Amino acid sequence: MKISEQWIKQWVNLDQGIDKTVSQLTMLGLEVDDVLPAAGEFSGVVVAEITDCQPHPNADKLQICAVNDGKNTLQIVCGAPNARTGIKVPLAQVGAVLPGNFKIKKSKLRGEESAGMLCSEVELGLSDEGSGLMELPADAPVGESVRDYLQLKDTIIDIDLTPNRADCFCVRGVARELATLHNLDINEPIIKPIESTIDDIVSVSVNAPKACPRYSGRIIKNINNKADSPLWLKESLRKSGLRSIHPVVDVTNYVMLELGQPMHAFDRNKIDGGIVVRMAEDKEHLTLLDDSEVELDASFLVIADKSKALAVAGVMGGLDSGVQPETQDIILESAYFDPAHIMGKSRRLGTHTDSSLRFERGVDWQLQEQAMERATELIISICGGQAGSINTVSSEQDLPQQQEIVLKSRHLKRVLGFEVSFERVTDIFQHLGLEVVTDNSGWTVKTPSWRFDLSIAEDLIEEVVRVVGYDQMPADLLHSDDVIHTIPEQQVLPITVKKQLVDMGFQEVINYAFVSEKQLVNCSLAESAYALANPLTKDMAVMRTHLLPGLLANIQDNRAHGELDLAFFELGKVFNQIDGEALQQADVLMLARCGQAQPEQWGRDERAVDFYDLKGQVDALLKSVPGQVNYKTSERPYLHPGRQADIMLNDQCIGHIGQVHPTITQRLKIKTQVYVAQLDWHSLAQRPVPKWQTISKFPGTRRDISIQLPEDIAWKTVKDGIENVINQESDVLRQLLLFDVYKGEHIEKGYKSFAIALIFQAKNRTLEDKEVDKLVANGVSFLEKNLNAVIRT
Amino acid sequence: MNHWENVLKEALSAVDAASDTRSLDDVRVQYVGKKGIITSGLKDLGQLAPEERKQAGQLINQAKQELFKAIQSRKEQLMAEELNQRLMAESIDVSLPGREQKTGGLHPVTRTMHRIIDLFEQVGFQVVTGPEVEDDYHNFEALNFPPHHPARAMHDTFYFPDGDLLRTHTSPVQIRAMKNMQPPIKIIAPGKVYRSDSDQTHTPMFHQIEGLVITEDVTFTGLKGVLNQFVNAFFEDDLEIRLRPSYFPFTEPSAEVDVAWKKEDGSEGWLEVLGCGMVHPNVLKAGGIDSEKYTGFAFGLGVERFAMLRYGVQDLRQFFENDSRFLKQFA
Repeated sequence: MKISEQWIKQWVNLDQGIDKTVSQLTMLGLEVDDVLPAAGEFSGVVVAEITDCQPHPNADKLQICAVNDGKNTLQIVCGAPNARTGIKVPLAQVGAVLPGNFKIKKSKLRGEESAGMLCSEVELGLSDEGSGLMELPADAPVGESVRDYLQLKDTIIDIDLTPNRADCFCVRGVARELATLHNLDINEPIIKPIESTIDDIVSVSVNAPKACPRYSGRIIKNINNKADSPLWLKESLRKSGLRSIHPVVDVTNYVMLELGQPMHAFDRNKIDGGIVVRMAEDKEHLTLLDDSEVELDASFLVIADKSKALAVAGVMGGLDSGVQPETQDIILESAYFDPAHIMGKSRRLGTHTDSSLRFERGVDWQLQEQAMERATELIISICGGQAGSINTVSSEQDLPQQQEIVLKSRHLKRVLGFEVSFERVTDIFQHLGLEVVTDNSGWTVKTPSWRFDLSIAEDLIEEVVRVVGYDQMPADLLHSDDVIHTIPEQQVLPITVKKQLVDMGFQEVINYAFVSEKQLVNCSLAESAYALANPLTKDMAVMRTHLLPGLLANIQDNRAHGELDLAFFELGKVFNQIDGEALQQADVLMLARCGQAQPEQWGRDERAVDFYDLKGQVDALLKSVPGQVNYKTSERPYLHPGRQADIMLNDQCIGHIGQVHPTITQRLKIKTQVYVAQLDWHSLAQRPVPKWQTISKFPGTRRDISIQLPEDIAWKTVKDGIENVINQESDVLRQLLLFDVYKGEHIEKGYKSFAIALIFQAKNRTLEDKEVDKLVANGVSFLEKNLNAVIRT
Repeated sequence: MNHWENVLKEALSAVDAASDTRSLDDVRVQYVGKKGIITSGLKDLGQLAPEERKQAGQLINQAKQELFKAIQSRKEQLMAEELNQRLMAESIDVSLPGREQKTGGLHPVTRTMHRIIDLFEQVGFQVVTGPEVEDDYHNFEALNFPPHHPARAMHDTFYFPDGDLLRTHTSPVQIRAMKNMQPPIKIIAPGKVYRSDSDQTHTPMFHQIEGLVITEDVTFTGLKGVLNQFVNAFFEDDLEIRLRPSYFPFTEPSAEVDVAWKKEDGSEGWLEVLGCGMVHPNVLKAGGIDSEKYTGFAFGLGVERFAMLRYGVQDLRQFFENDSRFLKQFA
């Protein structure tokens, strides 16, 4: 909300500069967003009168004006369509400087001399839009500085109000805050009831008292429809960012800015009978003031007459029933609408008005008649006319109630942690308009009708501390509760695993948790997708079901700018909606690699990353996880059919690993193999607490064997076979190490060779060669008999 | 000079002249080998008259001892030289690049988050987490946002067709923690949050850290002290902070915290870095905590905001573009 400094100062006697006022408002909780001059920087502009206007001989759109600046009559060429004899306008004299350091010089326009420039509001920095000369009132004194005349030595304060402070959407509210801070009273304007001079009374029937607990209407007849808004009124509105429209509308807007009551004026002659306040009918249509046609339903409150809706209550008036230039008789409206019934309505109509903003958050429910009197007084003083009596219909049971709140001094101290004097607290409450009763233990207050945000003791505590000043509050130390919380040693924290991955060469990435449906479809991962109801864009429309699409996009993007060797990981949630089940939000870790296995270097051979590079890294991550890890061939559609496996921990699948299916990488224009591995976070997050074991003092012994066997026999079959056979007889086999895999020359086609080391060690004795030889022979004979293997020498 | 003295003199000069261990060994064989001159001299002693024998024996043995000493010392010298030569031949170009071990890096958000977690863990805060897809109750209702409350409009919420939503803040974890734990509660809850807003200064997903302390004696001044210390510890600087009244439905009194910050252009201004307040009694009630007995404070901060200030990042969006040239800067 924009409000001028001078206007505030009319309400509260502040003898301080703008900076201080601004910082005090911010520290009171009324955050000042911006501080603007009331007009642009300009000098040398005076009030002048156009005394003659003649067409320019050489230009269709220009006129040659004779302009009186109070001393001389000057010739000025002007292109504004509203330049005409008799009007008073701002004149930038030769030597004047306009906003933007624009200097006015004597010039010739199409051959005609021009000794200055007649100005528009935009050219003086008074407004952002509009065209034509700024027309000053007829009584503006010719020759006077425009800056003085318009009282532009003022500053506009733009306040960003939090939703709880509806009471500060007006000068009175803001002034009350500053007055409370300075322990001053506010200068209330004297608002006297206007005696009715006519008998006309508007009939009001309220059919929806819950939505409209109070409605006041008044007729004013015979207003002078030639009257114009006075300068002070126009300027007050302009400084608050509102345009002058019509004296009656200007007055209602002025009262809203001054007291906080949004009002509306109807043209009495457009209204069929009296005012009816009711809920709208389904599909009821209405054309609003902004020319938009809206369709309503029964949740909207409307102001209607006997036959039709006239206005959407609390949001906007109708086009047909509003005040027009020729209007002579009006009905003024001042109402209290229930916030819950107004909330969200303007948004549904695609609009946003000063009125809806205030009604949504709560308007002072005792203000209606006072605002009506204030507006009537101003309208009559500007436009004349006769006022009838006010007709107010109130439903007391539906109006808000004053709240009684008890605050104990003990409670205040307990929450704040420091002492505020009893008298200061009482003063603060009184200046804020609370009715206060004190006793030994604290305060009992009744909240004023403009405060909707005070209902419990803590609300009062905030009032006290924000007026005392958050900056005046001491900073205490946290009182330690001296508790040593245990840290479960079995639990592995994400940061531990992340750091391990960083040490292995992986860069962490963080992707948006939403992706496009297409990204998921591309990877055949869209089946269990959970879609947003209101996505920002199509690219972020569904929750990711898997981390793969994000990582592939990262690889695609980074390769596009020349980073070819990539190792990324991400730890985040994936979201899967499986029919009939609750949404799964699982934490998942994914690794992705492509390009060279190791940084290019002169002393080692280049080699592209492969399945076994990534598998080795997965094994390293799983090393401390208790249980047996196995890799089992799998059939996931987004992985290479011959290069993928489920990662099994004790027969439970905890993830998978493989090469991304080449059709997917090709589609993304990734011209290399990409290997990925996914692990459920929770399977990684556990590790056993170490348990001490004796270390064998006896030497180990190693035997190497080399076998040739059919190509399709997996290493796991060989390993399990040897281990089973040997372990049946003895517990001395420590490790089975595959140290070479060979195919090619010297090996029959369809066969391969494994070189295997068997490492034996006993806990309690030195092993004898005989014993070890026998165990190795058992293993070998198993291979020969069962796997068609041949020992190579 | 007698004969043996001459022999010794010759032998010593031969030792000196030996240019490598091999020729030195030749000298040794020539004089003290099995058939060497000195060895033979000693063998021939028996043929001398007894009175000569003693003196000659002494002379020869003396020459032999001296020669051995000389050979030994020359040998050590020559071996050292030879080793040196061999090692020189083995020199390498130490400026050639080493076999680089690839290292990765943490995302700057993770790095910042853990810096913050570490600071709070020092004073006994425990880390807890919660779901990202939340229900209306935890995200709004239990946090004292009644339906249709204007404060809800400040949270541009992503909804799902069934009415669930992506949490707009980490504050729902407060409710979950209160229901699962007994006071004293002292937690921080880091995580992703979502708002339907995307421009230069907003991304639709970002990270927050929520803090919550509930004990019998926490106060608003205590909150101010904690945040003061935290900001100074995080930035390793004695920065001025100010608390300013604000509004959150779930705290009362509420405050925004601004830091006095020197901008790139040298100007100084207040920069909003977090929101905080005393936990609203309705929220304590929703969490099953007796608000007569306990008070609480809570705060929430944006991790990206802190990362940007700490590392001078100018463009928020870069955090989620995952350009390795950006990410590597924080490794």
